[in-house]
Amino acid sequence: MSNTTESWGSRVGLILAMAGNAVGLGNFLRFPVQAVQNGGGTFIIPYLVSFLLMGIPLLWVEWAMGRFGGRYGDHSTPFILDNMTHKRFWKYFGVFGIFTNMGVMAYYTYIESWTLTYTLKSLKGDFLGMDLAGLDSYFNGYVDLGSGINFPVWALLAFLVTLTINIYILSRGLSAGIEKVAKIAMPLLIGFGAFLAIMSWTTGSTGRCADCSTFVGLNFLWEPDFTTLANPKIWLAAAGQIFFTLSVGMGTIHCYSSYLKQKDDIALNAMSAGWMNGFVEIVLGSAVVIPIAVGYLGLDWVVDNAGFMMAFKTMPFLFDQWGSVMAVIAGVAWFGLLFFAGITSSLAMGTPWMGFVQDEFGWSKNRSAMLLGIAILAMGLPTIFFFEKGVFDEYDYWTGTVSLVIFALAEVILFAWVFGMDKGWKEITDGADMKVPRIYRPIIKYVTPLFIGIIFLTSLFKPLNGELSDWSTAFNSLSSGQGWPWANDSIINQIFHINTGVQWVADGHFTNMFYVDMSRFFLLACFFALVAMVKVASNRRKQNASS
Amino acid sequence: MTTSALIMIILTQGTVLGATIYFFRKVLKTPAKPESDSFSENDNDPR
Repeated sequence: MSNTTESWGSRVGLILAMAGNAVGLGNFLRFPVQAVQNGGGTFIIPYLVSFLLMGIPLLWVEWAMGRFGGRYGDHSTPFILDNMTHKRFWKYFGVFGIFTNMGVMAYYTYIESWTLTYTLKSLKGDFLGMDLAGLDSYFNGYVDLGSGINFPVWALLAFLVTLTINIYILSRGLSAGIEKVAKIAMPLLIGFGAFLAIMSWTTGSTGRCADCSTFVGLNFLWEPDFTTLANPKIWLAAAGQIFFTLSVGMGTIHCYSSYLKQKDDIALNAMSAGWMNGFVEIVLGSAVVIPIAVGYLGLDWVVDNAGFMMAFKTMPFLFDQWGSVMAVIAGVAWFGLLFFAGITSSLAMGTPWMGFVQDEFGWSKNRSAMLLGIAILAMGLPTIFFFEKGVFDEYDYWTGTVSLVIFALAEVILFAWVFGMDKGWKEITDGADMKVPRIYRPIIKYVTPLFIGIIFLTSLFKPLNGELSDWSTAFNSLSSGQGWPWANDSIINQIFHINTGVQWVADGHFTNMFYVDMSRFFLLACFFALVAMVKVASNRRKQNASS
Repeated sequence: MTTSALIMIILTQGTVLGATIYFFRKVLKTPAKPESDSFSENDNDPR
């Protein structure tokens, strides 16, 4: 518990920082790919339904929990949850709200450093005239792919620079650091995105192939196929996208809103930040990567290659088609936009740790930020050195995917059922500058936990291929004694390696599984180190209370 | 673009853009709460 002097400078600054927390690389790279793979224009229907039934409730719950905790001087989830329940379990469960952020920040800062490097390279015109093979080769060289254990000198340096920038801004505090950055980065991000969207919408047919037109790309993204609405896989994909895009289930929203006072609004602030994220994702995010790529490479190429790496391996080539001057401008706009999207999110990921150690151990902002930097460096280096061994993806799976769902499910149950909906509803509506629809009371109590519960259970037990028909096949297989056919990415299979068996050494060398499992143990050790810190903090509180 | 794709894009983007502007405008238009509030920009205002 602290007597912090930290506060937000302005309401607009808070909303921009919250929107910046949510807007990330996924808005431009994950959303359009998910839409393409899940019904095109129809994807938006389950997406918006998920936003209304899961996204908005979670935003309100997290803002309310944060402001509630702030009233008692708590700015991180372990003691926010503790104050809501006074049960020891929840205090330790709240460690997820610090651990997830540190785990994600460790690899996210590495991607952020790529965008910084690519912004500077675009400004220098280094990508001018480079074809797709050249870009592929440049990227692979940059992250030192192909060498087994990766030691990318320049990428490492860029990572250190990016981490230092993050740590410096965090050491400046909320108002002078994070808020100031959000006030510059968010308008620039929207401006860059709008420029690229206008370029995309006005390019039209390029004549490079029969269907090479940005309109074909837009059509591909937005043409509805209503038959897909009956497929639960589409609904799960849409719900998953809402999760990741809003940065719920992480602990960052709790931390940001814990600096608000009881009489200040959270309902309207949450809606404003949430819809701003939606605007960046749906209006700007859908207009850039897929339409421009279809415009110059055709639909078939995009169907075969759509994915995250297009940002680095494809976009500079596409911008090059607009002439050298526009290529430089568009390259800087694109990678600058991604950098701003990245840094506003990674700064948010650093704040739960900052709040926790300042509250509980009385550390200064500089000391807290420095130690965070050291921890993120230690956690991030394995993702760089063992990138090719799958360690980067492993971090993403456990900290950036599974932990979010577990934490969000637990917190909404805690809020609605343990803390109680009467008190919870009062927390959401206190000081509200908008009328919160009463329908959200039963939605938060019943629908949202059910929604997230289904996502969690289907991820836990996902059968091979994961289609609706595969579930009945799996149940038949189980009832006939042939066992459950696990999907490779089901949580159970990931934990126990059921499909492949455990093999750490092959032909005298460590396998990728060895590196992946070691990274898991390392992440577990980090989690328990944080649990130990919470235990020490809890003991200190007891001592202070008795003295 | 097909008509159905055009309808989807206009309806969806119109709704999202409209909601974003509506809520952000409401934030800007709502008068600040009297001191002491959470924000430091008006700390010198009379209470």
